[in-house]
Formats: sequence, structure tokens, C-alpha cells
Amino acid sequence: MSDAVNHSRRSFLEKTAAVGAITIAPGIMLHQVASAKPDDQPVTDAVRWGMLINTNKCEDGCTDCVDACNAEHGLVGNNRPETDTQYIRKVTLREKQTGHELSLPLMCQHCETAPCVDVCPTGASFKRKDGIALVDKHICIGCRYCMMACPFKARSFVHEQVRNQTLSAPRGKGTVESCTMCVHRVDKAQVPACVEACTQGEHHAFIFGDLNDPNSEISQELAKHGGKQIRADLKLNTGVRYQGI
Amino acid sequence: MIKRFLPNTFIVAALAMLFPFAGTADVPLPVINEPEGEDVECVEPEDDMIRNHMNYILHQRDETMHRGIRTSRHSFAECIDCHVQPDEQGNIASIDSNEHFCRTCHEYSAVTIDCFDCHADRPQEFIEREKPADHPPVSLQQQVHQLLSATEPTAGDSK
Repeated sequence: MSDAVNHSRRSFLEKTAAVGAITIAPGIMLHQVASAKPDDQPVTDAVRWGMLINTNKCEDGCTDCVDACNAEHGLVGNNRPETDTQYIRKVTLREKQTGHELSLPLMCQHCETAPCVDVCPTGASFKRKDGIALVDKHICIGCRYCMMACPFKARSFVHEQVRNQTLSAPRGKGTVESCTMCVHRVDKAQVPACVEACTQGEHHAFIFGDLNDPNSEISQELAKHGGKQIRADLKLNTGVRYQGI
Repeated sequence: MIKRFLPNTFIVAALAMLFPFAGTADVPLPVINEPEGEDVECVEPEDDMIRNHMNYILHQRDETMHRGIRTSRHSFAECIDCHVQPDEQGNIASIDSNEHFCRTCHEYSAVTIDCFDCHADRPQEFIEREKPADHPPVSLQQQVHQLLSATEPTAGDSK
């Protein structure tokens, strides 16, 4: 039953996105998301946080967003690239026929119907009401089902003991983690670290904002020029969209 | 039965009188550093905090994690900010030291905590930050290769 409902909603969202996303969620109240949420108020589903990444503005070889993310979350590598944590990584795609290359940052896509949440046996993988997918490391048992389920390879497992964590990014051995869309910053009405770094670096490849608000910059841009989901065929309704792919 | 145990009881009592601190000699009492300033009060009465701090931070944990409520009253970070401070010599105890505010009591009462497997054990200004991970070009190429093979159909479709 619920599947049928979801599918109709998904196909509606797909169509609106395909046509050029005139309004992503018509009739939803607006204007309240630009200001900071009071600390004592819970997040609501009136907001859906999302990102739009223009790959034409994303420079090949630039790692501003990745570096900012690593610094923000205290991600320290152990020189073991296959297992070191990465929340965001730069990916280069090359079309074989034309040889055209494009570079894009790839991270948790914050799917509406997230496979990681579906498969989690303990409820540690969950979606906040405002659309951010998170791991509650207090209840994560480190089984890594979510890592298997994620089509974007967005999650990492912490293999080794961690010390000197940052205040806002607790992380430790034996749990799975991924991009949190800088939830600690978003709750303070700041933009995620990657977005900030890209803007400060004068690249302006990222737009962060509320997908539910047709007047937000991200919705306006999506309405005007559209944006694609990676692996749109999976019908996950991702919160991260791309232009130029 | 009682008769048989009585002499033993006397011996134990006599020993206890002779060595009143024998039982505690190998378990040092916790050393608790009070937060600086005389007018500083904890967020709840001290005896309440001693018994119930775990409930307060557990409740706050779920509220923050799942609902995004970020009040500071029972925030774990605020506990650390206030209670973990450098001593007069300027040394600050990490969780690896048994002088750490949390560890000193937890060790005494033999209650294991795993908070600091993930959470910062000192206020941020006292944590020496290691350099964030470098991105060796080899690993990036590996990832690109992996991703190309994984998402090529999508990339092709979208062109």
C-alpha cells in the first residue's frame, strides 16, 4: 500500500523535475527557513534541505569542498585510501565517445527514500524530518548493511580508534558515517562547510537551500535551469541535484 | 553454623580495626576539580547530577540527534566545557588520564563509559588538531576508475 503511495509521489516529483521543476512542493509555507531555527524547537518537514551542484563551475583538480569537509569533521586519514573515511570526494567522469571530462563532488545524496535507512537493522540510519540522512552512532552496530545498500558509495566505516574529534562531529571506531549535510551548521542557519568553501573560493558551484520553498535560490535555479539526480532510475528522489551532467 | 562463623567474624572485625583503610588503599578516591569561580553553579543540583547526569545527557542525546533540538542546558559539550579545564600548571587531562573529570569517578565506581570513543574529551581550544586527510592522486584515480565502471550508463544517458 505504502509503496503505491510513494511511487505516485515519486513520479510526480520526477515529472516536475523533468519539466523544469516549476514548483517542487506547491502550497507549502515559506519564508521561515531563512532564519535560524530556535534551539529548543524540533526540525520539521516544512523544510527539505538540498543542494544543487553546477558541474560546469566545478574545477577539475580543485578540492576546496573536500578539504573544508575534512577540516570541519576532523577527518584524518591513516594513509589507507581504501578504508579512510571520506564524506565527500571528487569524481571525474569521461564520456568515451567525445572524451569530454567533467569533475563533480559526490557525497551522500540524502535520498527521500533512502536505501540505507531501509536496510538498517537497528534504526541507526535515519532521516531527519528536514530530509537530512544521518547515522545515529549511539545505536549503530557497525554491520555495514547501509554501505552495501548505498548506490553512491557515500558511507565509510571507521576502522580505527579516533581521538581529538571536533566538537560538532563526534565519530568513533566501529560505526558507519557519511556526509551529514553539516547538520550542526544547518541548525544554526549556516550553510554546509563544502558550500561555504566553494563560495569563498569564488567557484560558486554549490547552491544550498530549501527544496520545499519555491522562492529559495535553489528552487528558483532548479525551476529555471533544471537539475538531475544521479541514478535517477532508482527513484530515490535525492536531495542533491546536479547541473551539467 | 553460627558458632562456626563467629570466630571468623571476630577476626575480620579485629583486622578492620587494625587497618581501617586497608579496603580502600588500592582504589584512590576520585579527584574532582570544581569549575572555576565561586558563583558557578551546575545546571542541576549537585546531588541530582551525581545520580542522574546519565539520564539528562541520554535524553538530550536523542533530542539533538533525531529532532535537532540544540539547547545548551543538558548538552554534553557544555559539561565538558565547564568541567574539563586546565589545572594551575596549565595541563589539561585527556580521557587517557585518570584525572579527567569523568574518568576519575567512573574509574572509582567501576562503571565503563564509551562516550569518549566518539566525543571530544576536552574543550575544543585544548585539542591539538591533526592535519586533515591528504588526497593522494593514486587513490583518487582508483576511485574514479571504480565510479566510472559503476555509473557509466547514467553518465552516458544524461549527456
